[in-house]
Amino acid sequence: MSDLPENTTEQAENVSMPPAVNGEAPGDGMAPGDAAADSASSLPEKKSYIGQAWLVILLAFCFGGGLAFVQTTLGPKIAENKRNETYSVIPTLVPGADQESTEELVVQGADGRDVRVYKAFSTAGEHLGWVIPARGQGFADVIEILVGQDASLETITGMYVLAQKETPGLGDFIRGEEFQSHFAGIPALPPLEVVKADPTETNEILALTGATISSESVTNIVNATIANLREVLATRAGSNAPE
Amino acid sequence: MSDQPTAAERFLNGILPENPVYRQLLGMCPVLAVTSGMKPAITMAGATAFVLIMSNTLVSLIRGLLKPHLRILVFTLTIATFVTIADRFLAAFMYDMSKQLGPYVPLIIVNCLIISRAEICASKQKLGTAVADAVGMSLGFALALASIATVREILGSGTWFGIDVLGSGWPAWGIMVLPPGAFLTLGLLLGGAEWFGKRRAAKAS
Repeated sequence: MSDLPENTTEQAENVSMPPAVNGEAPGDGMAPGDAAADSASSLPEKKSYIGQAWLVILLAFCFGGGLAFVQTTLGPKIAENKRNETYSVIPTLVPGADQESTEELVVQGADGRDVRVYKAFSTAGEHLGWVIPARGQGFADVIEILVGQDASLETITGMYVLAQKETPGLGDFIRGEEFQSHFAGIPALPPLEVVKADPTETNEILALTGATISSESVTNIVNATIANLREVLATRAGSNAPE
Repeated sequence: MSDQPTAAERFLNGILPENPVYRQLLGMCPVLAVTSGMKPAITMAGATAFVLIMSNTLVSLIRGLLKPHLRILVFTLTIATFVTIADRFLAAFMYDMSKQLGPYVPLIIVNCLIISRAEICASKQKLGTAVADAVGMSLGFALALASIATVREILGSGTWFGIDVLGSGWPAWGIMVLPPGAFLTLGLLLGGAEWFGKRRAAKAS
């Protein structure tokens, strides 16, 4: 562009502003740029780090408190949204399951932690399988998924990505139907493995191009979840038809 | 700072003369990524406006306390906080849209538009001017997103805000809602804006 807007020049001036390592605070209405210029000509006395950074520290505490309040206020609503989404995909993750008949259980996994799981029933009250929420570290952030298993825990019946912040255009394809379909109707044992060529074994998952880490993260979360809950869910299978 | 633009000038400049997208080429990531439809584009524009207005307000209020070598840190801290609030709000009350926008809401943190307004205007001018600047820039950003989304959604899906406008006979141009459609539309509209600006300047002179 030949006629750049006026503030482009302003930006250029600010970028070239000399750093003022021990600069004084600018006075009321005084621009940081002016203060920097002043400090370059008359070096001020060295101050303590707290004296320099008190505003950052104070803001960090205030913002932290504010965010804690926001999370406390909105957290239950967000959790409810995720729960509703979980219920909406239960019939997909456990074929034949009825949302209304689903029972929620809190069980203790092999790692000693409590896990909320969804026990899926048919409309006739027959126990069809489990939907297990799981989470683990992905490439960019924590990935939250739902793992569907049949009642005998021998087959993975489906996988659904509930929340992810993987790289757009690469890792975020883990929520695509094609990738998720790899996890439908495959044996739970032996543990799943990610491969980069066409799978030859039933426990092999084809990695996404350019997103091997995201693919492996999801697969590892599925493996870890199955291993963690296998024993405890086996004792809960079949019984306790929903009220 | 008598040479600084007034509140009214800041407001008007943000909309067209210094439009963040068409004149400054800022915020290209959301411009390309979330303009396949009007709903995500307007949601993104709203979230960005919230962050920009809050950030400019706070930075302007504390501008007298800013230390030159720590100002960028304060700007980043401020922007990140308000982006997190916007992200949580969307996840709570617009869950489907939050999922559709995915990582692009947290990525508002790195939208240069916001930190540049903190640096250029809010850290130097009083509250009223900083807010007017934020509102003007937000409107300019929303206008740019909406213009691109309008072209892409109408040509790509035959709809606008999900409402059918071209009828069932329109062979939806799928490419327009895909990434190449974003680049094509942005390039053509940028060229159009540049041509229009030069034509006006030539007439004025």
